[in-house]
Amino acid sequence: MKLKHLCLGACMLAFGLALPGTAGAQDTIKVGILHSLSGTMAISETTLKDTVLMMIDEQNKKGGLLGKKLEAVIVDPASDWPLFAEKARELLEKDKVAVVFGCWTSVSRKSVLPVFEKNNGLLFYPVQYEGEESSKNVIYTGAAPNQQAIPAVDYLMNEVGVKRWVLEGTDYVYPRTTNRILEAYLRSKGVAAADISINYTPFGHADWQTRVAAIKRFGSAGKKTAVVSTVNGDANVPFYKELGNQKVSAEDIPVVAFSVGEEELSGLDTKPLVGHLAAWNYFQSVSTPANKEFISKWKTYIKKADRTTNDPMEAHFIGFNLWAQAVTKAKTTDVNSVLAALPGLETPNLTGGIARMLPNHHITKPVYIGEVRADGQFDVVWKSPTTVPGDAWSDFLPVSRDTEADWVKLKCGNYNTKTKACSGQNYK
Amino acid sequence: MPLLLAALIWTTPASAQSGDDEFLTAVGELREASFADKEAIAERLMASGHASAGAVLTAMLEDRLFSTQEQKVVIVRSNDESLTSFELLDPVSLDGAGSAAPASLTRIGTNNRLRRFLRTTVARFALASPDAGVRLAAVKDMVRTLDESTVELLKTRASSETDPAVRREIETGLALAALDSADPADRLRAVTTLSSRYSTEVRNRLASLVEPAPDGSFAETDEAVRVAATDAIESIDSTRQLYSGVETLFFGLSLGSVLVLAATGLAITFGVMGVINMAHGEMMMLGAYTTYVVQMLMPNAIGWSIPLAVPAAFVVAGLAGILLERTVIRFLYGRPLETLLATFGVSLVLQQLVRSVFSANNRAVETPAWMSGTLQLNEALGITFNRLYIIGFTLVVFSILLLVLRRTRLGLEIRAVAQNRGMARSMGIRSEWVDAATFGLGSGIAGVAGVALSQLTNVGPNLGQAYIIDSFMVVVFGGVGNLWGTFIGGMSLGLVNKLLEPYAGAVLGKIFVLVALILFIQRRPRGLFPQTGRAAEGT
Repeated sequence: MKLKHLCLGACMLAFGLALPGTAGAQDTIKVGILHSLSGTMAISETTLKDTVLMMIDEQNKKGGLLGKKLEAVIVDPASDWPLFAEKARELLEKDKVAVVFGCWTSVSRKSVLPVFEKNNGLLFYPVQYEGEESSKNVIYTGAAPNQQAIPAVDYLMNEVGVKRWVLEGTDYVYPRTTNRILEAYLRSKGVAAADISINYTPFGHADWQTRVAAIKRFGSAGKKTAVVSTVNGDANVPFYKELGNQKVSAEDIPVVAFSVGEEELSGLDTKPLVGHLAAWNYFQSVSTPANKEFISKWKTYIKKADRTTNDPMEAHFIGFNLWAQAVTKAKTTDVNSVLAALPGLETPNLTGGIARMLPNHHITKPVYIGEVRADGQFDVVWKSPTTVPGDAWSDFLPVSRDTEADWVKLKCGNYNTKTKACSGQNYK
Repeated sequence: MPLLLAALIWTTPASAQSGDDEFLTAVGELREASFADKEAIAERLMASGHASAGAVLTAMLEDRLFSTQEQKVVIVRSNDESLTSFELLDPVSLDGAGSAAPASLTRIGTNNRLRRFLRTTVARFALASPDAGVRLAAVKDMVRTLDESTVELLKTRASSETDPAVRREIETGLALAALDSADPADRLRAVTTLSSRYSTEVRNRLASLVEPAPDGSFAETDEAVRVAATDAIESIDSTRQLYSGVETLFFGLSLGSVLVLAATGLAITFGVMGVINMAHGEMMMLGAYTTYVVQMLMPNAIGWSIPLAVPAAFVVAGLAGILLERTVIRFLYGRPLETLLATFGVSLVLQQLVRSVFSANNRAVETPAWMSGTLQLNEALGITFNRLYIIGFTLVVFSILLLVLRRTRLGLEIRAVAQNRGMARSMGIRSEWVDAATFGLGSGIAGVAGVALSQLTNVGPNLGQAYIIDSFMVVVFGGVGNLWGTFIGGMSLGLVNKLLEPYAGAVLGKIFVLVALILFIQRRPRGLFPQTGRAAEGT
């Protein structure tokens, strides 16, 4: 509590918000930031907190919104999933923030979901996730499986000619759901069950010798093999090191990762990884004027020339711009009005193309496949011809094939097209 | 040099001139080409037979081909990131072409497919290399993608090759090619040769001969060859099975040695002194960060950084340990609960300290060249160097520690104080000093373990937490107060873990081990090798 107020004061000073005689509440719009600043996820989430602060700072320089300045309220849920719910309640009930930017892991999102729905809050969630969800109170600016996993598998199947698949993941909800979708998709494309190997390892798994040897064995059956990796967080470093040491080269068995970006590679010696793949909707190396401007702004703001930008940062950039537009359009920060104003709004992506807010609370995104370069950046080797609209409910799982989310016409996040019934929101 | 090469490929000066222009145009096209076009251009460069084709393609493969601001393609002699200026070479003449700042150059990128193509193409040039290792790698690359021209090249090379390893690999390649021969006798000979090779390429190729097609026919028409191939596959499979067993054993030993290394320091502070030191993991973390700092200080000599980091980490973590003992732990002897809480607090402080100094992000510790890669014993068995070194390192550290405890004055005093403090004091041993030294020794060894861990896992603030549980597990399982118990305990836990993993998976395997351990501790609360005698009564 005390810490938060300290931070609040410091942040306000930092932004030059502490105008003499400002009473606060009625003159500012409060923006909540719900990212872990300590614990295991701090590595990834601290960057996102800074991104939102930078966006707020910039908006304030432009004169704020609706004639009011924006004010950041930062809380630290400390990578502790139940604490996420508690901090979210604090932001909504006590601080009465207009919007919250936050969460990284799916388990933290699931934890805050009931809080946002009960208090009718508004959450912008910036990370690629497993789908199978659409809440009235959440805007998903990260990729759904059809905007990342499925195109990556298509690329490997069609362009690289992969016939055998290893689905390697960390043991929790995102990899398990994504792999279920991918397995169903691969089977529907005629891949035999014997050509798919699915395996899970615990969080922070450090001894990859056996797994990498098994991948090598699986990949030596004479058919082109690829690894689809949903290995999350720290465990990637020893995984890639072991791949390098056992000489699993990207030319023989490429590994395509969904959770490894520029930020993660910056803690890694990338030379043995050259050629391994990642699928994202943004790469720092994509050279567009908007992206160059964003990168230089970020480096100036964070005062470090070697800091990288990454995909979830762009998602927050898009989310913030969409929210600011919606507030301007609705002329109020009231959540219901903003939610009504959001669908259909458009804002440019950093890498070209337009992000359009869809009725299912997802956005359109371009898909890129990149190969790791020796310097820790990515060379884009494939790009989706157009932007791909996010699909909340996967078409490849029997349980969600007939489910649709539409908050404009149907006013429902979980509508069964067969039974024509809305079974309410699904947050299991 | 260029003249000599030109003379070698029998070109007259006049045709060389027009060849140069054509070559330069083709190289120039690389700047704007897509990956698929680049492959076509590379093929053209190859076909041109130009003396510099090999050099250009090698440079492209090694990321040393750049485009300058003047829209010219140049080769860079070395693309080492630490260089402030790149030395340029002309792609046609291979003569020096001045230098340029790295920022002014654009790399001509490659992708996996292109690299694979380039690698096999460049391999043809490497066949003539005086270095047998280069030739071996080249032949291996060529064997993976055999076609008429490579088979021809291998045949020519086979007669003049002197190195036995390269000869063997060439024979493999020629035998694989001979499987397509029209003469059954040739094919039979090829199968006989291949039956003594264990590589997967060979196995898969042989398997494709005897696999029946849907209509019941075989790719191999001759019955005798099929029988020979089936026998060969059987023998290859049984050999591979054997080596995969050896591999699992090695994996177990290497995991075991990491556990032993992590637990040895704790075996001293917890085992000998009886202090429950929750900050033990953070001592390892300090060691790992010391490695990082040492590498930062000597970026141009990464190969030496690890040997230097070992003593540095020992000193840093050892001093931190002594400081911890003098300021916190000495006031808490005999109060295990308070010690536990206090050292846990210290561990949090240390974690936050490195977060403030180095940031919460993981730091990249480079693996020196001599520690990366695989020692390929044969086609079926390779052992990774870093694990091999860590097994050796563990043995060395453990032996030194045993020597210190058994053969030195300090060791004698440590054992004396551990067995009977009052008696030791009355014999004139300054037990306070010995306590500090013992704690410093244990912490120092934890620091040394951190150096090894920096080569295996993430160097970040949470490094220690990942190993603290395992360390306690090993010490308790082995028997508190017994160093050999720690050694045997760590090794057997590693082996059991790795033997289970292929069947149970990593998650379930770990659970099995933990459950087994709990049951074991129920039966034998004092571990594998319980301390006996009066010393044990006191604890």
